[in-house]
Amino acid sequence: MLSIVEIDAGTPKATSTTMVALEIDGRRIQVPEGTSVMRAASQAGIGIPKLCATEMLQAFGSCRLCLVEIEGRRGYPASCTTPVSEGMKVSTQTPRLAEIRRGVMELYISDHPLDCLTCPANGHCELQDMAGVVGLRGVRYGYEGANHVFASVPAREDQKASPPSHTDRQANPLFAAKDESNPYFTFDPSKCIACSRCVRACGEVQGTFALTIQGRGFESKVAASQGDRFLDSECVSCGACVQACPTATLSEKSLIEKGQAEHSVVTTCAYCGVGCSFRAEMKGQEIVRMVPNKEGHANHGHSCVKGRFAIGYASHPDRITTPMVRARTSDPWRVVSWEEAIAHVASEFKRIQATYGRHAVGGITSSRCTNEETYLVQKLVRAGFGNNNVDTCARVCHSPTGYGLKTTLGESAGTQDFDSIELTDVVMVIGANPTDAHPVFGSQMKRRLRAGARLIVIDPRRIDLVRSPHIKADYHLKLRPGTNVALLDSLAHVIVTEGLVDEDFVAQRCEPEAFARWRAFVSQEKYSPEAMEATTGVPAALVRGAARLYAAGGNAAIYYGLGVTEHAQGSTSVMAIANLAMATGNIGREGVGVNPLRGQNNVQGSCDMGSFPHEFPGYRHVSDDTVRHLFEQAWGVPLLGEPGLRIPNMFEAALDGSFKGLYIEGEDIAQSDPDTQHVTAALSAMECIVVQDLFLNESAKFAHVFLPGSSFLEKDGTFTNAERRISRVRKVMEPKGGHADWEITQLLAQAMGYPMHYAHPSEIMDEIARLTPTFHGVSFDKLDRLGSIQWPCNEEHPLGTPVMHVDEFVRGKGRFMLTEYVPTAERVSTEYPLILTTGRILSQYNVGAQTRRTDNVLWHGEDRLEIHPHDAEERGLADGDWVGIVSRAGETVLRARISERMQPGVVYTTFHFPGSGANVITTENSDWATNCPEYKVTAVQVTRVTQPSEWQKRYRAFTETQEALLERSVKPLDHA
Amino acid sequence: MKIERLVTMANDIATFFAVEPDHATAVHGVRDHITRFWDPAMRRQIRTYLDEGGEGLHPLAREAVAGLEVSAGNPA
Repeated sequence: MLSIVEIDAGTPKATSTTMVALEIDGRRIQVPEGTSVMRAASQAGIGIPKLCATEMLQAFGSCRLCLVEIEGRRGYPASCTTPVSEGMKVSTQTPRLAEIRRGVMELYISDHPLDCLTCPANGHCELQDMAGVVGLRGVRYGYEGANHVFASVPAREDQKASPPSHTDRQANPLFAAKDESNPYFTFDPSKCIACSRCVRACGEVQGTFALTIQGRGFESKVAASQGDRFLDSECVSCGACVQACPTATLSEKSLIEKGQAEHSVVTTCAYCGVGCSFRAEMKGQEIVRMVPNKEGHANHGHSCVKGRFAIGYASHPDRITTPMVRARTSDPWRVVSWEEAIAHVASEFKRIQATYGRHAVGGITSSRCTNEETYLVQKLVRAGFGNNNVDTCARVCHSPTGYGLKTTLGESAGTQDFDSIELTDVVMVIGANPTDAHPVFGSQMKRRLRAGARLIVIDPRRIDLVRSPHIKADYHLKLRPGTNVALLDSLAHVIVTEGLVDEDFVAQRCEPEAFARWRAFVSQEKYSPEAMEATTGVPAALVRGAARLYAAGGNAAIYYGLGVTEHAQGSTSVMAIANLAMATGNIGREGVGVNPLRGQNNVQGSCDMGSFPHEFPGYRHVSDDTVRHLFEQAWGVPLLGEPGLRIPNMFEAALDGSFKGLYIEGEDIAQSDPDTQHVTAALSAMECIVVQDLFLNESAKFAHVFLPGSSFLEKDGTFTNAERRISRVRKVMEPKGGHADWEITQLLAQAMGYPMHYAHPSEIMDEIARLTPTFHGVSFDKLDRLGSIQWPCNEEHPLGTPVMHVDEFVRGKGRFMLTEYVPTAERVSTEYPLILTTGRILSQYNVGAQTRRTDNVLWHGEDRLEIHPHDAEERGLADGDWVGIVSRAGETVLRARISERMQPGVVYTTFHFPGSGANVITTENSDWATNCPEYKVTAVQVTRVTQPSEWQKRYRAFTETQEALLERSVKPLDHA
Repeated sequence: MKIERLVTMANDIATFFAVEPDHATAVHGVRDHITRFWDPAMRRQIRTYLDEGGEGLHPLAREAVAGLEVSAGNPA
């Protein structure tokens, strides 16, 4: 079912700038060349009946309902497949058309159940609407003949019982029962009109091609994979088919349960960095379903299984909705009022600062929070706590992107918008897995690849993109984990030594000395693909081929992810990527660029908002006197000009006794940060840990105060996605804990003696805009007007900036950096002969706190260790065996999945379940520039085992204790 | 803080700048990076460690830390 508020024009928008004039039902209209007659009519306010057409999809012309008459043309062309032409005269309503349409509808309805009143699509069923529109008043054919509607049909004479009766029935071979296997939607074939919209949505929009029309003629039916149940098929549950379905054949279970929504609110998804725009379809304060917004600038009406369906966590019984306090982490929680909780935190933080010094407390913001919330937390720390000990979880994901792109290009952000890929000829994906981690952009990328763009994948694993329906990578450089810089330098070597440099671009746009030094540096023989082959494991010929394609294949764009940043040389890799783009002139226009795919929804925003200890909002160093004075004036207090502690520094400081109090908003460091045992030791050493979250997460088990946070559905604000796009988050229900997160931070600031008096998040954004040059033109009003804005948005760019560095780089001239390959200290040995690398999967998100509390666990209910058959055989492992994974940091136990996606010598796991202990194994190694952890390279040994690791046993015991303490939490009434 | 960790961090930074052909630029690069990104308490600690011998510090890190500004800034 399509959105309840959007008007569907039937076919996609045409992009031509040439206009064509025509007349429809006597009305004159001008539309872009390539527009269908159906869409032109819609634009003129004329609805042509349709069933198989929707603007989500290319015209198909199968339902024969949208026929029109065109002056001077014979017959009755389908308006969806007929493009407009100059001077065309169209009639959409004639007696003959009415007769044809009624005839067509009569046939449809003759094979469709008539349970409209109790059907979930009732009120928004297109079939029902069309029956009304064409004036169908009866079905002459009866329902006794061949049909897909009834489970049984009247028995044939020779099949009747003896003695025969007119009530004898036999099974209907055309009937198929409802498939309810998918947790989020049902498939009821009896209601299917075989319009193919679902099949086309699966192919055209999502690019999975899991659905097909099986059989011919009257036997045609929709099938998932080889006639499997939806859950067992290749379906990725993106929901595009459900949205496309004009009847109740594919229906959300939530819609079946709750009935039609009565209003719809546009908001932004709180999952990955794509930042899809959604319409939350509501009944009062209850969500009926989430429908991706056709007008959404990042997603254009598409979504994935997480954003569309996995929102049940927001109303999960595990939500904690009252503040709680305890003196020691071994005590039961005590439920307290907001006043008491806030006063307690303030008095504890003041006590700690009085005892151990001003710098003994700090705060951590999260990429899961809004811009306004992260801005307030860093303001609280800098102005309220009086130090710069604030950091964000981007520390452990994309901090090298900020550092590397700022150093080379001058701004800590990606250079393009997502739609830029429509003009890309060569896509280079490095250390990213868009079809799993950024699925909606992954679908857009696949669409572009199907249309002919070439593809280079640089990844140790054979990710889905390497080979998927109608897509095959031209090059898959299957490098050894930890050798990104070596490979990027050898790509640069080929570009420089084979004369593929864009000399004009470099001469005009880049610092000449830095380029000359870089040219000499990468030309060294030691960086030739042949010399580097032994290091990277990638055949030299493939490297040369990929370099030539990237440099000379037309518009080339690099998309990269955490497989680039989460390394000891993460920042070096980012700079090496920027070097490649500059050397080949692939930056500063549409279709090219350097595109970091951000992990979480607001990674970009949390960094923009000054969450790092060394910089104010807008990436300005705290030591810059002019900037600091600006903030001092605005905030009314003196501010420090020295950087504060980063998250890993906070842990070290906690362990040496100088850091005692931590306010954590929306982040779960005890699960997400590396070397878990080190993290939990640090948390245990502190005196007041305050966790503000939806759930009693892993970190909260070490906390002294719990403040109930609000989900993205419960507050107003903005998120900024991977393309610097600022989009509104809108409140659709009251906060379950009573306060939105920004209000809690504000209460805390006031209790600490620092005044904050915002009445609405829009006022916070106004302050951000006042103080940050790249945000000068941003306001909630403008966001409401434009839908979304890509920063920089200011006097020069009042509508925002889709593509950066157009005429010059933000820093002026682009700066080539020397990127020496330095092997990581984490090396394989006889003791630890394998390399473990970590990643994510489509159905789960980050630490899983949200997605584990949804039916997404049906797709991924546990983290497994993927291992190549050769390594498995050497260890006597079978699929599903329990295996112990040991590194120098720790040990954990998972079940094995034997997979040829892996290369021999490399194993892989996800980190969505806390009990898996993926981060018990990862080490304290980190990026040289930013301390971003080296999650992607850990030397391990893998052996078959029969029981959980010692850490897992301790973890389970500890978790049981903490859950019991939560169960035993004492409410105020209990005292009385 | 554990000094071993700070030494590793300083050496990692030095290793990146070691490729820089101009020695003075390399030293400045390391020193500037530490100044811009390290909390003053960490800077003081590594400086004290160097003054006490600085065992295990990369030669470039030694030079950079030797000229590190540690007087101003956050108290411990």
